Amino acid sequence: MNSSDLQLILRSLPFLLKGLRVTLILTFLAGTAGILSGVVLSLTRLSRLRPLAWLAFAYVSLFRSIPLLLVLFWIYLLVPMLTNYTMGAFESALIGLTLFEAAYYSEIIRAGIQAVPVGQTEAALATGMTRMQAMRFVVLPQAVRKMAPVLLSQSILLFMDTSVVFVLGIRDFMGVANIIAARDARVTPMYLLVAAVYFVVSLAGSQIVRSAQGRLSPSISRV
Amino acid sequence: MGYEFNWSVLRHQPYLHWLLSGAVITLVLTACIWVLGFLAGSVVGVAATSRRGAIRQAARVYVEVLRNIPPVVQLFLWYFVIPELLPAPWQHYVIHDMPHPEFITCVVALGLFLSARIAEHVRAGIEAVPRRTVEAAFATGLTPFQVYRFVRLPIAYRMLIPTLGSEMMIGLKVTALGLTIGVMEMTARAHQIESFTGRGIEAFTAATIFYAVSALVLVAVVTATEHWFRIPR
Repeated sequence: MNSSDLQLILRSLPFLLKGLRVTLILTFLAGTAGILSGVVLSLTRLSRLRPLAWLAFAYVSLFRSIPLLLVLFWIYLLVPMLTNYTMGAFESALIGLTLFEAAYYSEIIRAGIQAVPVGQTEAALATGMTRMQAMRFVVLPQAVRKMAPVLLSQSILLFMDTSVVFVLGIRDFMGVANIIAARDARVTPMYLLVAAVYFVVSLAGSQIVRSAQGRLSPSISRV
Repeated sequence: MGYEFNWSVLRHQPYLHWLLSGAVITLVLTACIWVLGFLAGSVVGVAATSRRGAIRQAARVYVEVLRNIPPVVQLFLWYFVIPELLPAPWQHYVIHDMPHPEFITCVVALGLFLSARIAEHVRAGIEAVPRRTVEAAFATGLTPFQVYRFVRLPIAYRMLIPTLGSEMMIGLKVTALGLTIGVMEMTARAHQIESFTGRGIEAFTAATIFYAVSALVLVAVVTATEHWFRIPR
């Protein structure tokens, strides 16, 4: 990298930061919506109603076997067709990412719930709680501690996954970098910068997960 | 909704040919990525258990760098940036003479991405081999290389079959990124049919079924392999 590369980066900084903001917003929204849908999916999957449980299983298996890009294309194509509502690329990406990540989140949540000993549920039921209450007050609080670090790791993967939404024309961090790289014909500094930023953010994220794991694990042993 | 299905479009040329060639490219790409990922991942995974601190550190850095950069960014680095940084004769070869540049770039970029993930599993697998087993192997007079070759790796790989199977699945899915640099794999072909004919639902359904069936076959093969190589008790 020489000084003109540095100048290019400095000159494009506001535009790049705007892109990074879109990436972070997308990660946050899709992460939140994905975890919520994941909770619903995992509870459905563990439900005693066989057909419902099977449907949730089919959903998770399907979404885990197809590429994210294909999901994004599906949503971009289908939603306007079904609703007659022309949706922006950002909304399509948000829905696609949510549907996709929900499958992964739900597996993590299911594992967390199943890691809580059955005796806990039985004891809760014996005190007269309904199944719903046992889940809400006894099982989930314990499960959340077990799965929080894994959910965070999955959210870092989600952050990296958002880097493909530029194919829908979204100006996220990667999309903005592509535009600058093409406009100024300065590909090398741009993509090195993009790689460095993704690397630093994800590495910092996984360090946070590691320290959270340390802080959460003593309470698991106490439970 | 007033959409009328027209599945016959998938039977007509050139669309049928596009789908089939997309399927073949996806499968070949997956196989290449997986072979490279497995070989490089095994080397790095073994290096990560080395007794020399410097080698362990190098393996650690390799894994952290390749795991924390999104695969599509790595693909762009290999496609746009790395040729620029090569010495002149190599650069000339890569840019002008290399056959199928997009495909080969894809194999290298995505294969190495996968190798970092596989390396982590291989390292964990080797470390999970009980200490006593390793000590017993040394006590029989095996050299360190022989201990890896005949004791640690065979036990580790057997334990890792299901994990390596899900990495293969990731390899299958990640091939779709090839479309960003112009590899005409399955997702790219489905998208192309959609733009040419407006028959997006039909084309994407075909692609979805293709990926789902490939995944099912993969799971079946992995389960059978696991069963086949199980250590008898």
